Amino acid sequence: MAGAREIRTKIKSVQNTRKVTRALEMVSASKIRKAQDLMKASRPYARAMRQVIGHIAHANVEYKHPFLVERETIQRVGYVVVSTDRGLCGGLNTNMFRKLVGDIRAWQDKGVEVDLVCIGQKATQFFRRLKVNMVGSVTHLGERPQIAQLIGVIKVMLDEYGAGRVDRLFLAYNDFVNTMTQKATVDQLLPLPPAAEMATSHSWDYIYEPDAEGVLEHVLTRYIESLVYQGVLENLASEHAARMVAMKAASDNATKAIGSLTLVYNKARQAAITQEISEIVGGAAAV
Amino acid sequence: MSTIRCDIVSAEEEIFHGNAQMIIATGEAGELGIAPRHAPLITRLKPGQVRVQLEGGEEQFFYVSGGILEVQPSVVTVLADTAIRAKDLDESAARKAKDEAERALANRTDAMEVAQAQAQLAQALAQLQALERLRRALKH
Repeated sequence: MAGAREIRTKIKSVQNTRKVTRALEMVSASKIRKAQDLMKASRPYARAMRQVIGHIAHANVEYKHPFLVERETIQRVGYVVVSTDRGLCGGLNTNMFRKLVGDIRAWQDKGVEVDLVCIGQKATQFFRRLKVNMVGSVTHLGERPQIAQLIGVIKVMLDEYGAGRVDRLFLAYNDFVNTMTQKATVDQLLPLPPAAEMATSHSWDYIYEPDAEGVLEHVLTRYIESLVYQGVLENLASEHAARMVAMKAASDNATKAIGSLTLVYNKARQAAITQEISEIVGGAAAV
Repeated sequence: MSTIRCDIVSAEEEIFHGNAQMIIATGEAGELGIAPRHAPLITRLKPGQVRVQLEGGEEQFFYVSGGILEVQPSVVTVLADTAIRAKDLDESAARKAKDEAERALANRTDAMEVAQAQAQLAQALAQLQALERLRRALKH
């Protein structure tokens, strides 16, 4: 019964695979909650930030920060790409990269060059194979990303923007809609879209200490950082949700495969027995 | 006694919100005491304490490692930094991010080699399997 043994080992190996996918599924299910809590915890800061930026847009009239000014010609754009560190999360990264590659091609067709900074291992691995200029990268953020880990890559891009090498800056990440849906999203970071900058002039202004330029620079930098941080958290929650769904599908498929393999195994066993009996009967008849 | 609303938040969590009689913080140009109906003001904070005097005369202390203080006549917002920030620290973080990208790009050959080796291995395995099958067919 050589065939039967082969099938039996195959069943064993599928069962082992199912154990792994089940475990991954449950781990992700518990991590989603934590990731969502992190997202919630960071919201008040973003809200307060938006209010302050709104106030500044209302108040300040005599000084325009470069982050708020739309540039006339665009020669080079920057992308901050947020991805996961690990795989096994379905098409999460692939979908976003596909969208992004389309955008990048569109820019390149217009003669605009593209700079990238990558957050997460998957983006770093993917974009180093492409003809784009990767100027910064950070990987292994872990389960509790901290803003300190992101300062480097953000500063690289903000410096490029400040020096006039990059004329527009985008953030690409997976927006966590719910457990079943994650949406690949590309948002414009710089110059700040006018929605955040409600253009109604007021008569009052802040007292700036020590000066308007320095304070604005500081506020806007922190604002961009908080936006990127939010993107990272959204992406983290999306990662776990996508992994949970993918692993659930894998476990279900494994169960199905085990079912059909068991059927084949039983048939083979039955055939072997039948054959043996008929051989014995045949042998006895010959005698 | 009038009060002023006070929000202290950092990028990673909400630290405090409530009504206060007075908020004392270390701004870049010196200590600031903010009472209700203060004129609009915005300043960077130095690393140090933020003291919030609550309605009952009780005081709460928060340590911030820098950040922004925004004052509106009825609201005070402290946007606290969670990380220790300094110009040269930021510079070195940026340099590290750049190095990381260069390293990833330099490793390109390694990944190619791995992929190539894997392809070759798969090919060799297929050949072996074919040979095995051929041998078995010949035996019978």
